[in-house]
Amino acid sequence: METVIYSAKTVITMNPARPEVSHVAVRDGRILGAGSLRELAIWGDHRVDDRFADKVLMPGFVEGHAHTMEGTLWRNVYCGFFDRTDPAGRTWEGAKSLDAVFARLAEASADLPDDETPLSGWQLDPIYLDNVKVSRGQLDAVSAIRPIGVLHASGHIMNVNTRALELAGLLKPGINHPGIPLGRDGLPTGELRGPEAYMPVGVHVGFDRDVLACDAAGLWDFGKLCVRTGTTTITDLAARLGEDSVPMMLEVTGHKNYPARVVPLRFALGSPPEEVIAHAVSLQKQSTDRLRLGRVKVVADGSIQGFSARLRWPGYFNGAENGLWYIAPEQLRELFDRALAAGVQVHTHTNGDQATELVLDTLDEVLRDRAATDHRFTLQHCQLADTAQFRRMARLGMCVNLFANHHFYWGDEHYRLTVGPERAERMNACATALTHGVPMAIHSDAPVTPLGPLFTAWCAVNRITASGRLQGRHERISVADALWAITLGAAFTLKLDGEIGSIEAGKKADFAVLDEDPRAVEPIDLRHVSVWGTVQGGRVFAAADL
Amino acid sequence: MTATGDHPVTPVTVVGGYLGAGKTTLVNHLLRNAAGLRLAVLVNDFGALPIDADLIESQDGDTIAIAGGCVCCSYGSDMTDALRQVLARDPAPDHIVLEASGVALPGVIAASVDLMPGLSTDGVVILADTENLISAAAHPYMGDTITRQLADADLVILNKIDLADPAPSVALIARSAGRAAVVQAKEAAVPPDLILRRYPDAHRSAARHDTAGYATLSLPMVGAIDPQDLAQRLAKLGLLRAKGFVLDAQGARWEVQATAARATASPVSPGGPLGLVLIGLRETWDPDALSAMLSPSGADARSKDTPDTHRETASPPL
Repeated sequence: METVIYSAKTVITMNPARPEVSHVAVRDGRILGAGSLRELAIWGDHRVDDRFADKVLMPGFVEGHAHTMEGTLWRNVYCGFFDRTDPAGRTWEGAKSLDAVFARLAEASADLPDDETPLSGWQLDPIYLDNVKVSRGQLDAVSAIRPIGVLHASGHIMNVNTRALELAGLLKPGINHPGIPLGRDGLPTGELRGPEAYMPVGVHVGFDRDVLACDAAGLWDFGKLCVRTGTTTITDLAARLGEDSVPMMLEVTGHKNYPARVVPLRFALGSPPEEVIAHAVSLQKQSTDRLRLGRVKVVADGSIQGFSARLRWPGYFNGAENGLWYIAPEQLRELFDRALAAGVQVHTHTNGDQATELVLDTLDEVLRDRAATDHRFTLQHCQLADTAQFRRMARLGMCVNLFANHHFYWGDEHYRLTVGPERAERMNACATALTHGVPMAIHSDAPVTPLGPLFTAWCAVNRITASGRLQGRHERISVADALWAITLGAAFTLKLDGEIGSIEAGKKADFAVLDEDPRAVEPIDLRHVSVWGTVQGGRVFAAADL
Repeated sequence: MTATGDHPVTPVTVVGGYLGAGKTTLVNHLLRNAAGLRLAVLVNDFGALPIDADLIESQDGDTIAIAGGCVCCSYGSDMTDALRQVLARDPAPDHIVLEASGVALPGVIAASVDLMPGLSTDGVVILADTENLISAAAHPYMGDTITRQLADADLVILNKIDLADPAPSVALIARSAGRAAVVQAKEAAVPPDLILRRYPDAHRSAARHDTAGYATLSLPMVGAIDPQDLAQRLAKLGLLRAKGFVLDAQGARWEVQATAARATASPVSPGGPLGLVLIGLRETWDPDALSAMLSPSGADARSKDTPDTHRETASPPL
C-alpha cells in the first residue's frame, strides 16, 4: 500500500488543533497524517509528490444542497444572465439582453440536424432584463418549425414558441388556467407559469417530465462540475431513488474515475411516511463510500419569489396571498416520529418563516414523546427565519443550511417586492445562526444557482446583491466562518463530519486544490480564487484534464 | 366536445378536503355504488390502504382492480403521468375521480386537468368534517388552506353530521364557499350522481377566485402619484371598476374610484392601506398593459412585477 506525501504551499486543515501544515500523507484513500514532512516520514516508506507544491490544499468542499439535474440541464442552451461554466469547462458568457438570448438560441437551432428537433434553453432570468415578457412570436423568429422552450432560472416559468403550443394541443382559444396568460387574440402568449402549466408542453421541447431525474451521463457531468469547483462530497437533495436509479447511481459513482461522493436524499413527497422511512432504511444497506443513501428530504412550503412560501404575519410585501403547504402538520409529525424511531435523518425544505415555525413546533412536540439524541434534523433554505427561531433550532438540536447564493441572485427582488427591506436584510441570517450556536452550512441549490462553494462563501461573507448593494450588513460572516460552513459545517449536517470536512489523520483524503489561499485574498475577491481540481479518496482530479 | 382526434373527453371529478374529512370513505362509497360505470379513482397514496378489502379484485403495483371494472391507482408525486396512464387503459374509464392531497388547492388541480388532452373537469367536490371544520378553519397554519379549498368547491359534502351540530359548519361553508351546493352526509354516503355530475361552473376553475367572466388585478402603490390624474386615466381604461388608496406627492392619502363612466379622487384619513384593485372583463384583460399604465412615471418597478405573483402550485420548488 503506497504512501504518498503531498507537499503544498499550505494546507488549511480546518482542524483547530493543527490549523495549518505543509504536508499531508495519503494511504489507501485516507489521510495518514497532516504535518511536516519530517513528522510524516516516520510512517515509513513513502513517495513525496510535489505537484501541489505551489497550491493551497483545503478539505474537499461539501455542497449540502444541490440537485444532480444540474448535470443534465447543460444539454440545453444556456440562456442565463451571468457567466457560467459547463461540465466540459466552457464558460458561457451571460446573455445580457433578450436579443442575445434569441441570437444564442438561433445559433443552436442552426446546429441541429433537422427542422423538427426540439430546441430547449434554460436559466433565462427576466428580472435582470427589465422584466420584459417573452412572447411566442419572438421565439418563432428563432424557428417557427421546430418546438422551442426556454426554462427560467426560477424553474417556475417556461416560454415556448407557437409550434410547441401546437404540439401540446394548447394553441386554442378558451384556455382558462391561472398559469397561462392569453394574448389579445385569445391564444396563449407562450408564457407558461408553474410546472403544471409548462410540463404538458415541456415534454415536446425536450424537458423531461420528471425534472429531478438524472441519467448516467448527467451524473458524470455533475461529477465534472464538482471537480471544477473543489467539491468532493455533494448532495442530491430530492431524489426519487426508484428501482432503476439506484443501480445506475451505484454503477456510476462506483466507477474508479468517478470524482465525488454523492449523498442523495429520498424525496418524501407523495408517499406515506411509513413507506418513506422503510425505503430509507432499506436504502441505507446499499450505501457505498461514494453513494450515501438513507436520508430523507421533505418539503413544507414553496418559494418566496414564487409567492408560494408560507409567511407569518405581515405576509408578502406586495400583498400577495399566503403561499402553499406541501405537507400537513399531521403527516410531518408522523414522518418525524417514524424517522427518529428508525434513526433516519430528515432534512426539511422551508422558505417562509411560518413553514419554519411549523417544523420547529412539530419537532418540539415529537421530541417530548421520544428521546432522540443527535438527530441533526436540518432545515434547508430556511431563508426567512428570525432570531427566536434560530434560538429554538439550537435548543432542539437542529442544523440549518442557509441559501447564501439566493441573497445575491434574488436579494433585490426580496427587498422591493416579496418581503420588503427589513425582512430581506435578515434573510439567510448566517451571523445569527452562528451567534446562537446552530450548526450551519450554506448552499447553492444548483442548478437554481451555480455550484461553487467558494462563490457561496463569497455571498455569505459580503452579502452583495446582483445590483451591487450590501444588504444585511449585520448578517455578514467572516471568511474563516464561511470556509468552515462549506467544509465541516456542511459535513456536520450530513453526519459525515467524522469522515470528511477537515484534513486530519484517519479522514478521507478529500482535498480542494486551490491556486491561492482564500484567507489571503480580499474578502470581496473570494469568488475569484481559482480551483485547480480535487483529490477525492486519494485520487487526483485536475479540472484541466476532464 | 372532443379532444385531439376522435376520442371523447373523459370527465374528471376532483375530490378534496383536509385529512380526516372522509375522502377515502367517499372513494369507497363511489366504488361500491358505481352501478356499471367504469370508474378510475386516483388517490395520492396507498398509505393506510384506501380501498375496502372486499372490493379488491387484484393489485398490481400502483393499481388496484375493483370488482365491476373499476380501478384505483396511486399517483404519488406525479399526478399528470398517472392521469395519462389511466386514460390509456383499455377499456378506457367512463369517469375519473381524482383525490387531491389534504393540503392541495383543488381548483388549481382542476385547471391543470383541463390542460390535458382528453380530460375535462366536471366538478370539484370538497369534503368537510362537521366535528373539526370550525377548529380546522381557525388553525394557525392550515386555516386559510381549509377556507381556500372550500372556495374552490362546486359541491361541499358536510360529512359526519351525526358527530356534531352541523349549524356552525353550515354557516362557515356559506361564507367560504358561496357558490357551491352543500349536502350533509354521514359516512360520506351521498348519491354518486351528485358527485359525478357535471357542474356548470367547473370549467371556470381557474377563475374560481374571481367572479366568473371577470378578471381582477391588485396593484400595490409605493410611489407618490397624482390622484386626480390617476382617476382620469383609470376611467379611460375601459374597466368595470377600479378602487383604491394612493399617496400624493405631499404624502396625503386619497381614495380613488373609477368606472367606465366617471372617476373621483377624494382625500381620506392617513395611515390606512394603499393599493388599487382593478376589475375588468376577462376578454379584454391585459394585466401587463394595466400595470405599465399605472406605474407612477415608470419610477416604481414594483407595480410592473405584480402580475407575476402567480404562484407555483402542484410541484414544490427545489
